[in-house]
This record gives sequence, C-alpha cells and structure tokens, in this order.
Amino acid sequence: MDTLIAGLRDRFPSLATSAFRGQARLTVERSSLFALLTALQEEHDFDFLVDLTCVDYLDYPADAAFRPLARFCLVYLLADTRAVRRLEVRSYLAESALNARPLSVPSVVGIWRAADWLEREVWDLFGIRFDGHPDLRRIVLPEEFEAHPLRKDYPLQGRGERHHLPRVDAQFLALGPNR
Amino acid sequence: MNWPDTFSNLKLRVHSRESSLFSRRVNGRQGLISSWNWPENVLVTRLTDLVNWGRKNSLWPMPFATACCGIELMATGASRHDMARFGAEVFRFSPRQSDLMIVAGRVVMKMMPVLERIWLQMPEPKWCISMGACASSGGVFDTYAVVQGIDRFLPVDLYVPGCPPRPEQLLQSLVDLQEKIQREGTIDPTRKRREKWTR
Repeated sequence: MDTLIAGLRDRFPSLATSAFRGQARLTVERSSLFALLTALQEEHDFDFLVDLTCVDYLDYPADAAFRPLARFCLVYLLADTRAVRRLEVRSYLAESALNARPLSVPSVVGIWRAADWLEREVWDLFGIRFDGHPDLRRIVLPEEFEAHPLRKDYPLQGRGERHHLPRVDAQFLALGPNR
Repeated sequence: MNWPDTFSNLKLRVHSRESSLFSRRVNGRQGLISSWNWPENVLVTRLTDLVNWGRKNSLWPMPFATACCGIELMATGASRHDMARFGAEVFRFSPRQSDLMIVAGRVVMKMMPVLERIWLQMPEPKWCISMGACASSGGVFDTYAVVQGIDRFLPVDLYVPGCPPRPEQLLQSLVDLQEKIQREGTIDPTRKRREKWTR
C-alpha cells in the first residue's frame, strides 16, 4: 500500500494522504479526481466500488479535530478484491462553486458500473451533478421533489412537500366490474 | 320465546310477536302484524340491520402493511389471536376483493399515491383502519418525507394507538368497527364520507 501511495503521489502532486484506523485515505482536488480513480481501477486493480457518498460539513464545529477543506466532500470507498486492499478517496467541493451553477463532478459509471445508482442517490439527496452519467434521475425521492434534503441547510420537517402531493385522479383508474 | 344465543350476541335487532314494536297499538287498535299468527322460529328485522349484519361479519381486509405494525397485523391474522373469530380472516391482496383497508405502518410521500390508488380501487362500501402511531400521526418520524397521518389523504374510520399496537387492540378496533357498520345506512353507507373526501 505504501508503494502504491508513493507512486500516486509522484503522479498527482496535489494528493494528500492520511490514515484512519489503519485504512489509507487519499484527498485529491476535483480536477485530478477522475484521473486518479481511473488509474486506481486500471493500473492498481481496485476493481470494486464499495460505496460512493457525500458529506455536508456545513456548520461543522471549528474546534473539531478534523478540519474539512470545504462544505461538501465526495467519498469513494474502493476495494481490491484479489489482494484484499481497501482505499478511501475524498474530494472536496466548495459551496461557492455550487451556488454559481449546479456543480458537476465527472461520473465514474464508465469505471465502475456500480456507481450508477450511487451517483443518482448523491444527486438526489445532495444535489451534486455527475457529468457523463447515463441516466441521472432522482432515485429515492419522487420526481416532483425539488430540494436536496440531506443538505444541512434543509429543514428536517421539509418545506411542506410531504403534504402537497399530486393526487390520484379516480377518473384515470383502470375500471373493473365493481366500479 | 327463547331466541338462540347467537342472534342476541350478534345484536341483530330481532322482533318477536311479543316485542314492543309489533304489539304496540296503532290508532287505538292492535297492529296488523301482531294480530297475525306467526309460525315458530321466524325472525323479523329491518333490511338495513340484516345487510349491515352481513357486512360487518364478513369484512375482507386489504393489508397495507409497510412497517412493524404489519408484523402485528400478521400475528392478528394468525392462529393464536385468530381474526377469523370476527369473520375478517380473508386477507385479500387485491383491492377489488376487499372492503377494509388496514394501513399498518408509516407512509412516505412517495408511497401515498400508491395507497390512494389502492383505496380508490376498492369497491364501495369500504372502511379504513389506521393502525399504529405512524399511520395515524406520523409517529416519531416527523421528517420531510413521512406523511403525518394518512387521514390527510384518506377517510379513516378508526385509529388504533400503539407502537405497534398489540393484536388485541387491533381486534378491539375490529369489534368497534363492526358496531359502527351496524349503525350505518344500507344502500351507500359511506357516501357522505366519500363526498366529503373526494374532489
């Protein structure tokens, strides 16, 4: 693992490395995120995307031991199923960039097919777009939902969406002998 | 005349020739019915009472079980608690064949159109039991996606408290619903409610 990280550091100078409970963690800038993940899959046999998720560090306590670099952090958990190695890749996204336009990150569906639904989930709940995703729709919430509720500035009870649903029209029900 | 115990237990309004309704005097004369010589073992009642008696004792539930209340609902239908004792053991998984919707568990906003569609597909007359805290009020799930009580969208006849309610509570609600059905009209008992709730 150490030689792997040393080699990656030569190739990606902006790479920051740390470890948590013995598991290596790479933090990379968004511009070189896709290249790093491609290299990990193609050259270093990380054949399995365990999870792809996002963290919103809004209002994160300043005195905490961990300092987030920006508001949002994309987390890729990778595994090499043959050598049984695990790796965490993180990339931070600043809120200012999100406000300017829907910030997009390159999609990794082309690298790991498993990223399909995971990226849809991050888009659904955090509102981060994935460039090049074949079918970026909401996956958990209904299509008409407009907010991204796992953002920390979204109220827990929502903004009334839960009680303002499109109603089912009895007119369009399939008619049977009983109606 | 001694009526069989079954009929008195069913609270079917049964009139004998000795009962007050038929023996009362009309216009100063004894009523026609009471003056007629009745054969033995004849029951007289109102059509409403008879129809409602049939309806209330053969409720066919549509189990809309989305959470842990569904487990209690299954226990209620199983042999130990035995919903069949109240004539409601025929769980139907087709809304076309059921007349009692039991909503057991929390309903999120994405599930609500499904619930509504199933409810609309059930033939009239139909009744609805909201089982448990979540179906009745959202329970502890006061979040952006969970509907805070299905009665915002459906007409509910009975609310069962509990988290989840014991099978005995659900059986009690069934008995209460049977009493309510017995009091309703005959032809279209849920019409008033339906007009109130559908746009």
